[in-house]
Parts: sequence; structure tokens; C-alpha cells
Amino acid sequence: MSASGPSDDLLVKVEDLHAYYGKSHVLHGVSLTVGRGEVVALIGRNGVGKSTTLKGIMGLVMARQGRVLFEDKPIAGMPAHRLARLGIAYVPEDRRIFRLLTVLENLRTGLDRSGMTTTRRQALLDKVFGYFPRLAERRDQAGGTLSGGEQQMLAIARAMMLEPKIILLDEPTEGLMPRMVSQIKEIIDALHREGVAILLVEQNVPLTLECSQRVYFMEKGEVRHHARASELSVNDPVIHQYLGV
Amino acid sequence: MALNGVDFEIQPGEVRAIIGPNGAGKSTFFNCLTGVRHPSSGRIVFDGVDITGLPPDRISQRGIARSYQITNILPNVTALENVRIAAQSRRHAWNMLRHHGAFRDLLDEAAAALQAVGLLNKAEELASNLSHGEQRNLEIGIALATKPKLLCLDEPTAGMSAAETRDTMELVQRIAKNLTILIVEHDMPLVMELAHRITVFHYGEVIADGTPEDIQRNPRVQEVYLKT
Repeated sequence: MSASGPSDDLLVKVEDLHAYYGKSHVLHGVSLTVGRGEVVALIGRNGVGKSTTLKGIMGLVMARQGRVLFEDKPIAGMPAHRLARLGIAYVPEDRRIFRLLTVLENLRTGLDRSGMTTTRRQALLDKVFGYFPRLAERRDQAGGTLSGGEQQMLAIARAMMLEPKIILLDEPTEGLMPRMVSQIKEIIDALHREGVAILLVEQNVPLTLECSQRVYFMEKGEVRHHARASELSVNDPVIHQYLGV
Repeated sequence: MALNGVDFEIQPGEVRAIIGPNGAGKSTFFNCLTGVRHPSSGRIVFDGVDITGLPPDRISQRGIARSYQITNILPNVTALENVRIAAQSRRHAWNMLRHHGAFRDLLDEAAAALQAVGLLNKAEELASNLSHGEQRNLEIGIALATKPKLLCLDEPTAGMSAAETRDTMELVQRIAKNLTILIVEHDMPLVMELAHRITVFHYGEVIADGTPEDIQRNPRVQEVYLKT
């Protein structure tokens, strides 16, 4: 480990996480940390356990061993709605847009919760529509009719409705056109400026290095390397080893 | 469109790896080769015979076997039964109705296939009791029991630990001596060590084809992998 996260202000701590799909042992003791407001990337090839690590944090796969702490409290076994209330939002790789609900209705699934005033609701909506003008234009259109890139924006916007402390973002640029990729980058930067932490799973190296402060490299269900993004370049041998050919 | 104008040739005895990012069309290509999907246009010729559009069982009879990305075995019978049934599929269709005891040599063939994948000592074990790595190797044994000329392996080390991966790699190297092998795999060190040649898919097209050294030197391939 060549770098360590800010231990004084830890938001998420994953310790020695082991997980299985059936008999297949897919996480072999993953440990990582995300500081408050920090953008941390998890990179590696297909099938190395990046998405499973996010699912482990969300309780979508059961950890057989190890633990996940959020603000120093264990969150293992908590249902998704409680994690959401704690401030953890999750944008899965397949986005999970409600296809038959309109854009606005999709957003309201995160917005209509206790303690929200009309003014706050409106302010939040105005904010995401400011970030994603396309969604404002299409607010009454069914989610399923949006393009892939627009659905990705909607999934991120819906997560933002929770005003989360952290967003777990699983391959947001997968399959998107370059123009959309730069929009995703802009939104990650904007969230970072607002102080939202992000745990980003990506395979797009330039985007990852530009957006994040620290990078964990995964291989075969383990974190094998860890570095500050500022110490890495696209041509770095480490990048080549874990992602290149 | 999942595959777009793919031209591909493989020589007898070759070990060829197919690589490419998610959604490149690698599994779809396997599905076309093995009759699980039919190409909307184009032709597939195997061993001099046009097999385009043949169903999977007929393609298997012609000598193409495959393992799947997700383990595909009969969990409730023994390891030996799993490979024995595959071996029996090589006999005349009517013979499927006869008791396997009528074909003593079948059990020898099945045992040989288990031996080849290092599972002979687990022959009487229920397949469901095998470890994940053993189940993956059993699947290769099932494919071998059909006596293929071409063996297609779709991510044989998926979900394996580093140690299991090493074992499976040695297994593939052993069986490669008598077979033509086509392998989809993400583990690059493994691919580089195993393959004679590598074909790189991207968005359904072949973007590069060559020796491991050629592919490692190819700037377009690095670009596609690092998304630069």
C-alpha cells in the first residue's frame, strides 16, 4: 500500500470482506476506505470483484467474513432503505430505471420522504435539472424511452435526491458515447465540489485518474495495489498491469 | 448488432485466445460457432463442412465442444455420470435408450476424461459436492468426453481464486497438446502464456489479430482497453 486515506475523517471502511456467489469465492478479503467527500476509484478487469465489493457494502451480497463500517458503525445486514437513510446511495451498472415511470416520477422515488418540505424538494429538483438539462426537457417522458446515456444521468440524479453522503457508482460510462462520458465526468466533479463522497467502479482510465483522489486496483477478488491518482498516469506500468493487454 | 462482419480462421492444433472489453461480442461469437445463435448473414465452415445454422447437438456431433462462462453441469449425479453421459452422446441416437452397462468402453472413456481434468479421485462424488474450481474443471471434462476437435472455453477461470486459476491453466495446457482450443479469458498473463495467437474483439468487430507480442505492441488494443 503506497498511500493511505484520511483516517481522521473516515466515511466508509471495508475490512477483510469475503463474499461468495454460490460456491465461487469471489471476494478474498477486500479492505478499503473512503474519506468524507473523497472520490475513490476501484479499477480492474472484468470479473475481479469490483461490482461485488459495491454490492457487499450495500448488503446485496452477504459477507461471509469481514465487516463494513459507515461512520464507524457496522452496517452489515441492514436493509437498503436504512442504508439510504444513513446517506448511502447506489447506482448499479444496469441503472435500474423504473421504465414505466416518468423522469419526474423516478426522481420522486428518492424525493418523497419524511422531513422534506416543498421548498427543499423544489430546490433539489432545480439543482439536478441544472446539472442535467436533458432530464428537465424530458421530465414527463417514460424512463424506458430515454437513451442509455440519459438513463445513466437519471440514475445518478435519482441517487442525488437522497442528498447522500456517498454514492456508489458502478461503471457509469459503460457503453456511453464520448460526449456522454465527459458529462458524467462533469457531474462527478460537481458532486465532489459539493462534498459528496464517491466510490467509483470504472474501466475508463483517463476519467478515473481525472476524477478521483485515490485508486484501488483489484485482481482475482483482492485489492492488489493502492495509489494516489495524482501519482499515476495513463501510461503507468501499474495501469498497464491491471488493465492493459 | 452484436457481431459485425467478423472474419476469423483457426488452424488445427492452435490455441487461440479471444479477448476484448465487456460487450465486445466474444460470447456471441461462441454462441454462433456452437449453434446456440445463428448468424443473420455470413458462413461458418468447420473441418471443410458448412455448419452455419446447424443446431447445437449437430455441431457437437461434428466435433465442436464448449464450456460456459457460468457453470453448466448436472449437479445431482456423480462426476463420472456427468462425463459418461457426454461420452454416450457420441453413440448412435438409438443407443441412448440402452443401459450404459451395455457399453463397457463408455466408462473407460468417461474415466479418461475425468483423469484429463484431474478429477478421477472424485468420480463417485456428486457433482454438487465438488468445489467451485472442481465444478469448472468438470465442465471441461464433459466437453472433452464428447471427443471434440475444437474445444471452446468461455472464461474457464471466472470466479476462481489465484491458485485455482493456476491449476486450470496447467490443465488447459495439458489438454491443448491434442486439441484445437479457442478460449475467451480476461486474465491477461494467462492469455499471454497460453495462446499461440490472439484475436481482439471490440463492439462486435475484430480490431486486431496476431501473436501475443503483436497484440501487446498494438496501440489500438491498448487504447480500447484503457479507453484512452
